[in-house]
Amino acid sequence: MIEFREVTYVHENGVRALDGITLKIDTGETVAIVGENGAGKTTLIKHVTGLLKPTSGAVLVDGIDTRQTSTAALSRRVGIAFQNPDHQLFSESVKEEIAFALRNFGFPPSLVEQRVSWGLQLFGLEEYRESSPLVLSGGEKKRLTLACILAWDPEVVMLDEPTVGQDAIQKEKLAGTIRMLGSTGKTVVVVSHDIEFLWPLQSRVVVMKSGRIVADGPAPEVMTQKEMLESARVAEPQLVSFYQALVRRPRSPFVDALEARLWIEGDKAADSGRPAVT
Amino acid sequence: MEIENLSFRYPDAPKKAVDSFTLEMGESEIVVLAGPSGCGKSTLLRAINGLIPHMYTGDYSGDVRVAGSSVKASSMRDLAQTVGFLFQNPENQIFMFTVERDVAFGLENLGVPRPEMRRRVDEAIGLLGIDDLSQRAPHELSDGQKQRVALAGVLAMRPRLIILDEPTSLLDPKTAMELVDLVARLRKELGTTFVVVEHRLDLLVRVANRIVVMNAGVKVLDGTPRDVLFGEAADGYGVAVPAVTKVQRMLAKDRFVADDRLYSAAELASIVERRDE
Repeated sequence: MIEFREVTYVHENGVRALDGITLKIDTGETVAIVGENGAGKTTLIKHVTGLLKPTSGAVLVDGIDTRQTSTAALSRRVGIAFQNPDHQLFSESVKEEIAFALRNFGFPPSLVEQRVSWGLQLFGLEEYRESSPLVLSGGEKKRLTLACILAWDPEVVMLDEPTVGQDAIQKEKLAGTIRMLGSTGKTVVVVSHDIEFLWPLQSRVVVMKSGRIVADGPAPEVMTQKEMLESARVAEPQLVSFYQALVRRPRSPFVDALEARLWIEGDKAADSGRPAVT
Repeated sequence: MEIENLSFRYPDAPKKAVDSFTLEMGESEIVVLAGPSGCGKSTLLRAINGLIPHMYTGDYSGDVRVAGSSVKASSMRDLAQTVGFLFQNPENQIFMFTVERDVAFGLENLGVPRPEMRRRVDEAIGLLGIDDLSQRAPHELSDGQKQRVALAGVLAMRPRLIILDEPTSLLDPKTAMELVDLVARLRKELGTTFVVVEHRLDLLVRVANRIVVMNAGVKVLDGTPRDVLFGEAADGYGVAVPAVTKVQRMLAKDRFVADDRLYSAAELASIVERRDE
């Protein structure tokens, strides 16, 4: 479990990037974090890896206070894929890039080999096995950073803008990977501006604005609050706009039939009393 | 701009990155360049702004002409004034101490006389509505503001063609929409042509007049957003068909709505509403 207790983080220049954040993320939960540029989303997830330590308050990862432990110790448990892949790619080959952390964590050579192949295959990078990471396109670099992290099987996976540079087919695969991680009990935190990507995940959604959390709940509940979203400079997903207009209509066989074809009741959506849009 | 039978292969690469590619664009167009990652989009952009063949070596054949001049025969100095380039991350192209100096940077390099420079910087700053930021330090600005500053620097050069490489991917949804609206306004006011590489088509289809899809270095689709997104071929090339367009496709198949053009979520909803009456 990840727990933020009244966390405030003040940058050296005096800017308050996090302003009294209290948040609990259960093990196995998938959470999307959205909000305007500069709202504190990246600062928030850097606290989970211990890369940043709170100015006041505390961050606990599985009960361990990030101030009482090293970033190295936390990194075995928490994997983070940064927004800019150039900040974390440095090896001579794509294969070495994935193997690096595995060796550092003391994985035996046969397992390193196996995990490298698994990662390359999962993210469609096999043809670049021996290539330098520098020859990859922006989208491919991004996928390589994901492969690197998933290869060592951390319990918590944090993805900062994972869809940048990804075409629709890759995004679909990425959504599949996130669902797969969720179903195997991993905790997944996705920071993204890509609302159309997040909506079908139907996860818990946290909306941030000026270092604070302004909304937190299941996607069908949060992503339908148009005014709140707009105040945080986030837009409603397209299907939500359409759905909202549809439900304002008096019921008719046409609307009923249309609704039945468009919306599928998801588990989480049922909990919140609203149909999910897939 | 005309691209005529362009092929390019990087040294030691087994395949051509761009293969027999032909495309003609008129004044005042907004063309979205789409296709799976690694399909040759970036190579094509480099061939338009002259980095290929001036900075990258390889097997080059065919021709690219911008405003009548062949890119391979033009100097980078001349190309800097005809083709503008906005990077995905504005931090890659803004670095001066004030916004105004940053916007003037390209002009200073060209040795544009001071009064002319002043005029063009003021004009670019005015067009982007960043007058109040002109004395600020670029690194203190928000990401959306930085993106505007970078675009002002590009506009000050008065290029006929501006390339935008995933310009909205690091912007929040509202800021991204504002940037897209700004591009539409600049096209209208200045007649500039824009080539935009973008995966978030939901934002761009409102303003683009054309979508070109590449796959494995080859042009595979070229048409209006309606034609490209209604043809299901686009799905196979990784084109992000907007969710509301998928709904429209489904409804159009059953003849519930027309398929003459793309509808927004609000338009589609109002059509469904009216159907009942």
